[in-house]
Amino acid sequence: MPKPEMDTRFSKFGTVSFTAVTKVNDFIGYLEEGKVAGTQCTKCGQKFFPPRSDCFACPGEPVEWFEVQGTGKLMTFSELMYAPIGFGEDLPYAIAVLDYGDFKVFGRIGEVPFEEVKIGMEMVTKVNQLPNGNLNYVFEKA
Amino acid sequence: MPKVAVIGVGQSAFVRGYPGSIRELAFEAYAEAMADAGAQNSDIGATVICSSPEYDKQRSPAGVIAEYCGLNPQPTFYVETLCSSSSTGLKLAYSLVASGLHDSVMVLGFQKMSEITSAESQERMGRGADIQFESPFGTMMPAYYAMHAKAYLDHFGASEEDLARIRVKAATYGQINAKAVYRKGVELEQCLSADPVSKPLKVFDCCANADGSSCVIVASEERAKAMGITKPVWILGIGAASMPINMSCRDKFHGLAVAEEAAKQAYAMAGLGPKDINVAEVHDCFTIAEMMAYENLGFAEPGQGPELIRAKETYKEGSIPVNVDGGLLSKGHPIGATGGSQVRTIVLQLRDQAGDMQVKDPQFGLVHNIGGVGLYGNVTIFGR
Repeated sequence: MPKPEMDTRFSKFGTVSFTAVTKVNDFIGYLEEGKVAGTQCTKCGQKFFPPRSDCFACPGEPVEWFEVQGTGKLMTFSELMYAPIGFGEDLPYAIAVLDYGDFKVFGRIGEVPFEEVKIGMEMVTKVNQLPNGNLNYVFEKA
Repeated sequence: MPKVAVIGVGQSAFVRGYPGSIRELAFEAYAEAMADAGAQNSDIGATVICSSPEYDKQRSPAGVIAEYCGLNPQPTFYVETLCSSSSTGLKLAYSLVASGLHDSVMVLGFQKMSEITSAESQERMGRGADIQFESPFGTMMPAYYAMHAKAYLDHFGASEEDLARIRVKAATYGQINAKAVYRKGVELEQCLSADPVSKPLKVFDCCANADGSSCVIVASEERAKAMGITKPVWILGIGAASMPINMSCRDKFHGLAVAEEAAKQAYAMAGLGPKDINVAEVHDCFTIAEMMAYENLGFAEPGQGPELIRAKETYKEGSIPVNVDGGLLSKGHPIGATGGSQVRTIVLQLRDQAGDMQVKDPQFGLVHNIGGVGLYGNVTIFGR
């Protein structure tokens, strides 16, 4: 009997992915469609980003996907001048957190001149294709 | 709750490349603490070995270290909470003694970070965050703390110079700590003109990796008496907390909620407040970490941390001396050994044995040890 195929889509997330298999592999499916998605508990309505397959308040209840849309407010960021192994080619780059109100998103800042980046500015989250064929998402000016 | 005393402390020198294996490194702190307590191995009821994995190839290092120190057949436990591993170990040791299960327990923390390159270490440290959703973006500890620094400076209108002042203070005392890895004075201008690592943090805002070990022996009041301990240092309050690992699950970046929560617990248990503390060791892996600690521990009101360092109130002669052993910024930061090293400093202070670093007649001391970027937090209050 052939072995069942393993869904390893998550190994395509980011410059270097440290996770291959997860129950939220559809996150990559959404990225491939140009969408950044989180999950939401179908019972209590809590929104989760990063997405998760389980609501800690309502164990056993299903979650459903929602698309991250509109603008978020930049809470903080930092521009890296050194990088861990595997990320040197990306330098310099900036990591940041966007606040969407009922959830937040951690990620990278995209093609925005760093001198124009300010805490409190409105930004959008966009899917980004990486040179190695992987996908992530970046924050751009709204 | 039964009283629990620290009866012995020890620490290896913190160095860049320790010329021995982890068992030999751990033995250095063990030997010093045993001599300090005047203890025999038969006096130790159990051991708690603390480190953060992935730096050495040894799996389950508690077994190796217990054997090398001759601490079989006592039970041994392995505890890991990243950079706060050995203060978490202290909480476990406290619990074992307070519960009456053991009447003395040794907490032995170690880390030999030079087993791997600095770049590899950054990558491992970065994986002390969320590897599924954060690490793929290329994260490292300086960058996470830099995000906090950026938010802090923006929120309170503080300056990079305020952060640099913390490094200048650390370097002042690092020079007189024979066990510190960095023993040079540092000028404000030197800090400000140094290369950026992750903006706004620059080279001198960051502590160095180091190899090192620390050891703390705790005992019940009866055991301490029976062993003839003349200067027991009592654990009066012990608080611990955790917060979400992923930055997107945090409510703020200009302080560490984990430290506020742990401090609240520790003060309540000790029946003391920030103004009662005479000397403190805080987790200054980066200058911003010490700045936030001033406020999270209640030494300063939110946003007033810069005033505290500008007025030199956290120097040895100030109202609340902080990290007068040079802190992690001077000592280096061998993750698993760090908390125990901080405890050692405070215990020596409360015994009036801190030499050139001695603060005048302290009654109460505090240790603040953070694991990850505000992921784990331990605050412990000691009294003579």
